[in-house]
Amino acid sequence: MQLPSEGLGPWGVAVALVGGAMRGSIPYMFVSLGECLTEKSGKINLGMEGVLLMGAMTAFAVSDLTGSPWLGVLAAAAAGLVLGAIHAWLTQQPAVNDVAAGIAMILFGSGLAFFFGKRFVAPMAPQLPLLQLGGWSHVPAVESALRISPLFFIGIVVSFLLHWLFTRTRWGLNIRAAGDDPQAARALGINVNAVRFLAITLGGALAAVGGAHLTLYFPGIWSEGISGGQGLMAVALVIFARWSPRRCLAAALLFGGAQALGPSLQSLGVNGYYHLFNASPYLLTMAVMIATCSPNRRLAGMPGALGKK
Amino acid sequence: MKRAESILIPFGAIAAGMIVFGIFCALAGANPLLVYASLWKAGFGSWYSWQNTLVRASPLLLCGLCTSLPARAGIIVIGNEGALVVGGLGAISAGLATLSMPPWFCLVTMGIAAMLCGGLWIAFSVALQHYRGVSAVISGLLLNYLAIAFMNQLIEGPLRDPSSLNNPATYPLTPDHRLAYFSGTHVHHGILFGVIACLIAWILVDRTTFGFSLKISGGNVRTAQLVGLPVGKLVVIAGFLGGACAGLAGMIEVAAVHGRGNESLNAGYGYVGILVAFLSRQSPLGVLVVSVMVGGLLASGGMLQRAHDLPDATITVLQGILFLFILLSDTVYGRFRTRAHINSGVKANAVAV
Repeated sequence: MQLPSEGLGPWGVAVALVGGAMRGSIPYMFVSLGECLTEKSGKINLGMEGVLLMGAMTAFAVSDLTGSPWLGVLAAAAAGLVLGAIHAWLTQQPAVNDVAAGIAMILFGSGLAFFFGKRFVAPMAPQLPLLQLGGWSHVPAVESALRISPLFFIGIVVSFLLHWLFTRTRWGLNIRAAGDDPQAARALGINVNAVRFLAITLGGALAAVGGAHLTLYFPGIWSEGISGGQGLMAVALVIFARWSPRRCLAAALLFGGAQALGPSLQSLGVNGYYHLFNASPYLLTMAVMIATCSPNRRLAGMPGALGKK
Repeated sequence: MKRAESILIPFGAIAAGMIVFGIFCALAGANPLLVYASLWKAGFGSWYSWQNTLVRASPLLLCGLCTSLPARAGIIVIGNEGALVVGGLGAISAGLATLSMPPWFCLVTMGIAAMLCGGLWIAFSVALQHYRGVSAVISGLLLNYLAIAFMNQLIEGPLRDPSSLNNPATYPLTPDHRLAYFSGTHVHHGILFGVIACLIAWILVDRTTFGFSLKISGGNVRTAQLVGLPVGKLVVIAGFLGGACAGLAGMIEVAAVHGRGNESLNAGYGYVGILVAFLSRQSPLGVLVVSVMVGGLLASGGMLQRAHDLPDATITVLQGILFLFILLSDTVYGRFRTRAHINSGVKANAVAV
């Protein structure tokens, strides 16, 4: 792969890393924010991989058919809304396990995405306009590394909005109450089922927008391997971020950067361990979880009723 | 009554799922009845299609056990794909190292290496949950990705056969060091491993003290500890046995299907194995039946494309729908019983995270 940073030496790696982190973090950002909203209400959605793929395919198809990438983003969100609603309804039935339902949703969502995406494999859809943040520099490498999708900034806004929602509003309080202690929330007159349904459904919509980034950003094609398992990471990212939307942002940037590490080291001629560098985010999460988890106490910030029936 | 339920409800769920799938096909412009007929024909219609089905059922039998054995102890394992991949890698490494030995020795070494790799892989993830509180679901997902990265590293690095240009692969096994076929068929002996593993697992969980202790640990950890069961050891052993099965599935793929280690190891059998385990409600005998059914589904992907112009992902949609309906059917258990039965405390076994 030809990288824009070539010729800049070690600085090139830094520029490529920053640019790569900002680009690569976008799907992680949206799936983790969606998962964060879901889990705050006390339910787990392991099926974000299916949502992400469905979002990617829908965004691509709608952008291709209508010529408007922003309509594509909206359609992706709508698709995520539907998948989220199915998951929300299913997991609220008695005796249905969140995790098993998530695995079913991965199969269902990715199956649907591949089914309808079959006819869209070849062409290229209109892409989202990019923001040029590198205008101050005359080095083409810096300019191209800092060409960022507007979804990056939307993601940042959403994460601060969610933080505000959880800490400063009654709705946020209701979601947290449903997630921490559904019995007490019911006693307070909160309709726990409705709150959870809304949170899971909107969480799905958010995650699907992350999928839209995958197909509406360079190189702008749809393929079945496009997500590379980024949706599966949602649950791990949220644990990593300790259920805080602002820390989700940081975690997403870290994972995006780690993902850019392999390709940018390759541009320096270090390519012996390409695949292992690519796996560094997974190794990192694993290490952090082993270091911080304990069987005797709950994790700080974890919703009290998470994953319980 | 309970027995009737445990047969009627899964079949009812499958029937409902098939109806929804039929509607889906109709909306996509295919005749649902003809699609059903093709599914049947491609999976079970002739001896030839039975052979295809059985070839796909072999890794599914073993991958299904990988989830259903630890589930007895109340732990959800979804790291099947990773265990299959490391099992395959262990098998090919051991196989290539013992190529100069007689074939039977080589194959036995491959099998043991695969079971050790897969077993330790899942045992590690289960031990993390029991001793460190790291959910086996999360560690399983992460380990799947680590296994795939490790595989890519090995087949493009140290184990790479320089003659495999575009599709990197390890050096191949020689033909007599591969797993044999039943004469006159293209079904390999791997299916025997799967069937035997299911029977052993059934005896283990339903007919031994070990299985009973596992069930107690899965039902209530405190009770298990109070009666003096070594819960930690039990769940880790269950994880090891499950992982060993998935690892053996990797060995079968390497030694019978591909003859070398390459990217096809990561073909999704591990993930479908989770579906098999849930469809069979975590029962080893159920795995035996369901693997053949799902193997038939996997075998019919190409047929749907040729005969009905439906993409091969149609089978994935069907798997998803069936899985959703099976989960939904869990809510129905006990509703057909009288109140007295319900009050006597019979409860559908739900697996806790």
